[in-house]
Amino acid sequence: MAKAVVRIGLVALGLVWGAFAAQAAQADEVKRYVVEGSQAAERSACVEPTERMRRMHMEFIQHQRIATVHEGIRDTQYSLTGCVDCHISYDANRNPRPINQPDQFCGACHRYAAVDLNCFDCHASVPNRPAADAEAAHRAAGVTGAPHGGGH
Amino acid sequence: MKRVVYREWRIAPERYWSLLGFLAALIGVAALSFGYMEHEGHWVSGMNNSVVWGMPHVFAVFLIVAASGALNIASIGSVFKKPIYKPLGRLSGLLAVAMLMGGLLVLVMDLGRPERLIVAMTSYNFSSIFAWNIFLYTGFMVIVIAYLWSMADRKGGPFNYSIGLFALVWRLALTTGTGSIFGFLVARQAYDAAILGPMFVALSFAYGLAVFMLVLLFSFDEEGRPIGPRLMRRLRNLLALFIGVALYFTLVYHLTNLYIAENDSLEHWLLLSGGIYTFLFWVGWILAGSLIPMWILYHPVLSQQRDWIIGACALVIVGGFAAMYVIIIGSQAFPMALFPGHTIIESGFADGVNGAAAAYWPTIPEILLGLGGVAMALLITAVGVRVLQFLPESLADDVVAPDEETLDAPPFAKPA
Amino acid sequence: MNEDKTTTPVDSGRRGFLGTAAGVSAAALVAPGVFLHSVAAAPRTEAVTDAVRWGLLIDTAKCADGCSACVSACERENGLDLQEPHSATSKWEQQQAAWIRKVKLQDNQTGRITNLPMMCQHCEDPPCVDVCPTGASFKRADGIVMVDRHLCIGCRYCMMACPYKARSFIHQPLTGQLTAVPRGKGCVESCNLCVHRRDNGEDSTACVDACAAEGHGAILFGDLKDPNSAISQRLREIPSRQIREDLVLNTGVRYAGV
Repeated sequence: MAKAVVRIGLVALGLVWGAFAAQAAQADEVKRYVVEGSQAAERSACVEPTERMRRMHMEFIQHQRIATVHEGIRDTQYSLTGCVDCHISYDANRNPRPINQPDQFCGACHRYAAVDLNCFDCHASVPNRPAADAEAAHRAAGVTGAPHGGGH
Repeated sequence: MKRVVYREWRIAPERYWSLLGFLAALIGVAALSFGYMEHEGHWVSGMNNSVVWGMPHVFAVFLIVAASGALNIASIGSVFKKPIYKPLGRLSGLLAVAMLMGGLLVLVMDLGRPERLIVAMTSYNFSSIFAWNIFLYTGFMVIVIAYLWSMADRKGGPFNYSIGLFALVWRLALTTGTGSIFGFLVARQAYDAAILGPMFVALSFAYGLAVFMLVLLFSFDEEGRPIGPRLMRRLRNLLALFIGVALYFTLVYHLTNLYIAENDSLEHWLLLSGGIYTFLFWVGWILAGSLIPMWILYHPVLSQQRDWIIGACALVIVGGFAAMYVIIIGSQAFPMALFPGHTIIESGFADGVNGAAAAYWPTIPEILLGLGGVAMALLITAVGVRVLQFLPESLADDVVAPDEETLDAPPFAKPA
Repeated sequence: MNEDKTTTPVDSGRRGFLGTAAGVSAAALVAPGVFLHSVAAAPRTEAVTDAVRWGLLIDTAKCADGCSACVSACERENGLDLQEPHSATSKWEQQQAAWIRKVKLQDNQTGRITNLPMMCQHCEDPPCVDVCPTGASFKRADGIVMVDRHLCIGCRYCMMACPYKARSFIHQPLTGQLTAVPRGKGCVESCNLCVHRRDNGEDSTACVDACAAEGHGAILFGDLKDPNSAISQRLREIPSRQIREDLVLNTGVRYAGV
């Protein structure tokens, strides 16, 4: 009986450790997804402490979306566009890779946590506009061919 | 006069299961169609930016309208105190719930974002008739289930009348609400008419009773349960009357439009030159769906024959679908009068150039989705009558209550 | 499903051009990271109020036959040109989304021909807002009628209710949306008076700019509540009317010469 308890305990411990290790690895993995020269690269954390962002980012942007869509407020610190601007990464040809792809910043974590990610059903998953902060960031990062569309 | 005994539907298992299998297959195909339309987007359907509601809505609205109509039989029994209808009350309630479920399912499966149904349940705009209908539909189901309980359970007996009355009022509101989905739209000439509300109520009487009679006759024939000529005569005459009422509303609707000069072009198009819509109106709605069934049902010889009555019921249903097609799709296909007194000679967005109607042709996935709703309604009914005591054992003349009754007479058919 | 496709440039020529143009102009205009026009036009910090009501005045006399500059500008601005045909051409024409369209009409009695652009009329009492079951179709305080796609379930009742046929349903899956104009399969949308421009404090809309650039200047944009705005002054000067005035929706888009 005691043996079984110990064994179960060990297995549980192993599982917990495994989960943490995987999470740590995941965290290391996503660190590279901050665009060099972007606002995010100069800061120690995102617009909120990292731990808070990890848990609450959906609340932040969900609250923001009401302010933006219904009230036209577009200057607050939380913005989905901001997520994409700073956390996008580029392939060998310096083309941005959609952020919801399973190996990208949003996509990887959402896949890991098995949480549906449908922001990018409608929203641009790459910086897709001229001007704004992303432009400067991308140029600083040596990206010249960032795609653009209309909109100012 | 014997006591009415209700019994489960006990047809041979192989026959029952093949029926269920067939219905389940239809539902499966509908589920695949839904998946296809959802995955690809609505471009695979015939619907477009001019005709935004198509075949799924024809099926859905028919089922919803027929659902409220099917409840009439129960109302006549318990609210209007006609004991001869009492034994039919349970099936009437079951059919009403089943068809409403089928119809709603089709409606929901056709949404652009069906996965956001939770939004429709949590975020309401109460100036929308649609939002009200969400409550009317779900409320209807709850009320009818309570109604069924009051019919089937001895403890429910005392509440039967009050629940029945409430259900009757609710169903009138529901059908009026469904008609008002269209009737309150000022944008389109064919819809902008308050008469659509009561007209849908009238249509629901006929469609609901036709479906009810078909299901009743089919289930009784399958198991060899008797239906006496007295009850048949009652149902037959009632159906004929309801068809007449529906026809009357149709007539008034079109006469009103014909009288109003601005709607001349609409009526001219619909009644004379609307192609498929004209055909469906005259041949489907008026001839096959109204005049022929009425002729059969009032015919001295044919009306005595069960097969002809079944044929009349089927024709009413066919006519019902034709009517829904004309009301829902035809009204959208007719170009909107953006500029009265002008002809649009060029447009970048199909504004009815030279008065042309908008194009719409249903695609197979849409039709299969709609049929799935019908199959779902029938499946629920088939399972219901099999596992619970919905069907009376006999409706022979010696079982059903006499025709003549007085209000203060004790009810003949007590809940079993 | 759609991740892999996104990298394929939908219109690489156009994007390349815009990218270069933006880069060149940026290099010419600015110190690193700062854009000159971002000084003049900053994102909104406060909620929109009903102190303004945005509207358009369309002078049909100036609207040229055969010109569709406003339509293509709108499509470009709002990413509508990124839609790829799915169904057969004749069917696709009915299924693709359009926010603005050119209409040419003839008076049945006199034979007089009028050209005009049609778009969402931004009613004061919009039928689409009345009928929307979830409140996704709404009117912003500044008079812009638009769709909150987060709430839109795709029932298309608003399209049934709109007397101007101004709304479009997105019938197809799509990728490569513009940052400023989200768009997704299964939702309804329509002209929002270039709301991203409004919120960044810019002056006009894409259609207005295009019409002016063509030298027609048939469309005027501005604040209907400001008596000194160009549009209010012009509205006082020339006779104008609303389309389907009989519905008394008090539209924000007015037409002269129809």
